[in-house]
Amino acid sequence: MAESAKELLFNSVFKRNPIALLVLGICSALAVTGQMATAFVMCVCVTLVTGFSNLTISLVRKRIPNSVRIGLQIMVIATLVILVDQILKAFYFELSKQLSIFVGLIITNCIIMGRAEGFAMSNPPIPSFVDGIANGLGYSLILMLVAFVRELFGSGSVFGYEVLKLTTNGGWYTANGMLILPASAFFLIAIIIWVMRTIDPEQQEKD
Amino acid sequence: MHYLDIIYRSVFIENLPLAFFLGMCTFLAISKKVQAAIGLGLAVLVLTSITVPLNNFILATMLEPGALAWLGAPNVDLTFLGLLIYIATIATVVQILEMVLDRFVPTLYNTLGIFLPLLTVNCAILGATLFMVERDYNFTESAAYGFGAGLGFFLAVVALAGIRERMEYADPPGGLRGLGLTFVTAGLMAVAFMGLAGMDL
Repeated sequence: MAESAKELLFNSVFKRNPIALLVLGICSALAVTGQMATAFVMCVCVTLVTGFSNLTISLVRKRIPNSVRIGLQIMVIATLVILVDQILKAFYFELSKQLSIFVGLIITNCIIMGRAEGFAMSNPPIPSFVDGIANGLGYSLILMLVAFVRELFGSGSVFGYEVLKLTTNGGWYTANGMLILPASAFFLIAIIIWVMRTIDPEQQEKD
Repeated sequence: MHYLDIIYRSVFIENLPLAFFLGMCTFLAISKKVQAAIGLGLAVLVLTSITVPLNNFILATMLEPGALAWLGAPNVDLTFLGLLIYIATIATVVQILEMVLDRFVPTLYNTLGIFLPLLTVNCAILGATLFMVERDYNFTESAAYGFGAGLGFFLAVVALAGIRERMEYADPPGGLRGLGLTFVTAGLMAVAFMGLAGMDL
């Protein structure tokens, strides 16, 4: 892969978006998108963990015996996630309560394992780091998009600030209760996939 | 009755894939055929039934504050190592189960075998354990919860596969074919499952 850092970044965010095109890591993507604040924290965590796990694994890639590589990758990722989890608990306790188990579940986020196995194992540290960050950003893009729609139309606010004044507060906007429900995330992602695949028909599935 | 309630809640109200979106990757990927979905569902059921109580046991005897008193270290709190230990336990159980099945029950191995390695990094399995920790279940409660959580996944994935088999005759727009339509279906199923939310045993 002789892509420059810029190409790598662009391709991972748009052309090979981990969520919309490769269907990786959607578990957490759906659950934390009710509010933009939680989604944002989740994005930062995932981007950092992917970046640094790629970096670490790439640094030691030549010393990892092939037969235990999956186990080692999980150990590296789990350690990084524990770090993130402890930092959140220490400095942003409220947020970490809201995210509940989903920070822990970053370990099993397929994007991170997928990038470690698919890219970091065969590439030098710097490109691996960029690739990790880029995939994290691709994940963040979809997450923030879904969270934006859900929070704006579901509770009339963006990042907790009221934008559309709700009828319950004497305003004009009747909140769409459907979007607060977790199920709405399924429909929103379906729409995003639909749009992306209509723009780029190569991605469409054949029968 | 208390245990029945835990099982009931975890199967219907707190269904892992449909209410918490855990195990989505495999849930969506291996639901094209009912036969394969049954295999995957069984594998998840077996794994959560084993790993959740096992992790509970490890938590209670080694990680919790004061749990290491039998070693003469009553002030040690190792809960921060939890994530690392749980995932290691799950990976180990998967590996052992694979070897045991391969050696003694080859027919079952042929059904479950291909799914087992996949499930090491399945959010549903780790998620079940983490919910167990968050809710402070004791050993028997966590056994009931593990079983219920697995059963919920089994039901959801088989139902989704059934619907998807039917949908092969549908003619959706190109961009929505396959993955997109599966998302919409799963969303509708999640809404349907929510209808059970108010019920109590």
